[in-house]
Amino acid sequence: MASIRIIKPGLLTTVQDLGRWGHQASGVPVAGPMDPYAHRLANLLVGNPENAATLELTLIGPELVFEQAATFALTGADLGPRLDGRRLPTNTVCQAEAGAVLAFGGPRRGARSYLAIAGGLQVPAVFGSRATHLISAMGGLSGRALRAGDRLQSGPVTGRVPRQGWRLPPIVPLPEGGAVLRVRPGPQAEYFTDEALRTLESARFTISTRSDRMGYRLDGPPLTHARGADIISDATPLGVLQVPASGQPILLMADRQTTGGYPKIATVITADLALAGQLAPGDWIGFRVCTLREALRALIEQERPFVQS
Amino acid sequence: MTVMPLVPPGGFRIVEAGDSALVVEFEDRVDPGVNARAIACARAVAAARHPGVRDVVPTYRAVAVYFDPLRTDLASLGALLEREGAQPAPAGTGAQAPIEIPVCYGGTLGPDLAAVARHAGCSEDEVVERHTSQVYRVYMLGFIPGFAYLGLVDERIAMPRHATPRVKVPARSVGIAGRQTGIYPSESPGGWQLIGRTPIAPFDPTRPRPFLMQAGDAVKFVAIAPAEYARLAGETGTR
Repeated sequence: MASIRIIKPGLLTTVQDLGRWGHQASGVPVAGPMDPYAHRLANLLVGNPENAATLELTLIGPELVFEQAATFALTGADLGPRLDGRRLPTNTVCQAEAGAVLAFGGPRRGARSYLAIAGGLQVPAVFGSRATHLISAMGGLSGRALRAGDRLQSGPVTGRVPRQGWRLPPIVPLPEGGAVLRVRPGPQAEYFTDEALRTLESARFTISTRSDRMGYRLDGPPLTHARGADIISDATPLGVLQVPASGQPILLMADRQTTGGYPKIATVITADLALAGQLAPGDWIGFRVCTLREALRALIEQERPFVQS
Repeated sequence: MTVMPLVPPGGFRIVEAGDSALVVEFEDRVDPGVNARAIACARAVAAARHPGVRDVVPTYRAVAVYFDPLRTDLASLGALLEREGAQPAPAGTGAQAPIEIPVCYGGTLGPDLAAVARHAGCSEDEVVERHTSQVYRVYMLGFIPGFAYLGLVDERIAMPRHATPRVKVPARSVGIAGRQTGIYPSESPGGWQLIGRTPIAPFDPTRPRPFLMQAGDAVKFVAIAPAEYARLAGETGTR
């Protein structure tokens, strides 16, 4: 058991686990980490179950103090972490003494970092999940991003905690300024012209500043509808590209609504969601259609660290 | 130009939505029978507890099945969806006795009632009369926790949503958007025409049954006076 206290909250710091699954039929959004892979890796490093709650840190990390000694790890983006001024490696088991201050700064790579503490962060589970959903103010710490003065406890350590310095090199590289994401066409690819599908694969889109945990608005050449821009509302999966009447696609991310009324041209494969979650406003995105076989192979390849340990 | 339907009348199809979701689609129209078929299909798929399935989400005319691709036998999940998708519409529409929801119409609680009356070319009382005379079907929940899409609203009062949505709609506001009506469970942005407010929370995580409505339910609105609204709101702890 240990506690941390937030000195500065950073740009957007939220408690996340793997999400609130099983209640979308009642309109309850899933939420969860923007980079689920990095979240799981962080928990694996400190000996937590992969669904334990971590902190998702966005672009500008927080400043926080460990009030008791704790084992922790940082994965995903490199936001320039320092413990009492000493530069820390990412993807590595670290140890903090009581009173040590974790801060971030300097050049960054990637957009979202995950801080796991051995024992997992203890906040009340809502519908079985500790994930923060900002719009509906559900889960996490009072359903909101962390503020200065907030205190979070970690739970009792049940499993074996890996030794300090153990490192798990990530299989998914961090993007540099942009990334090509692999997609599967659908669920409403027929609602678009053939031209739109070609544009999707050939164009480079830019993530707009009006992007958040719900979704990335993409600027680029418009994607043209063939059967109108409205559908009877249906479910909106993670990583789907919905296209409103403007033709400018929106990539739906962790905090997406459960349903939507725009046609969806394609869906990012699960293996590339980690890459998507590490992109920031201003970064470019390209899309490439792949086979289902390629999608599943990529996913199996990514699972190696979890299978071996 | 005639657009060919993607699903024939009475039929269904299964479409991929990425590598971790399949969608069973029924006829592409808002219809109680089609919706009842989607809801029955969703219940059967959820009840099968297929290994790897994370969530089953019925909507107006489709069922999304979310699964973990590494823990799901796609062939057997596909077979389950083929089997349940092919089931005929259940007898009746599955609706029980309607859930009665009290609403205080107009005034500060329903700021768009006058506009809806103007749109319909009738009195405010007549809008209330038409809104309360219908038994609505809960076609689906979505948007935010506990938001139920109810239909169909009487054509005369079916005013389209605001061109520019309000930044803040108070919780428990009752609105109209075309032939849909619904209650905002929590304060949120929204573009629906607000005609009243209910003292009953559609979603309250502290209740044994957090959600007032689920897909397939029948709902009827009952007009109440401001004094009755205040009394009920006091009892339920809402304001």
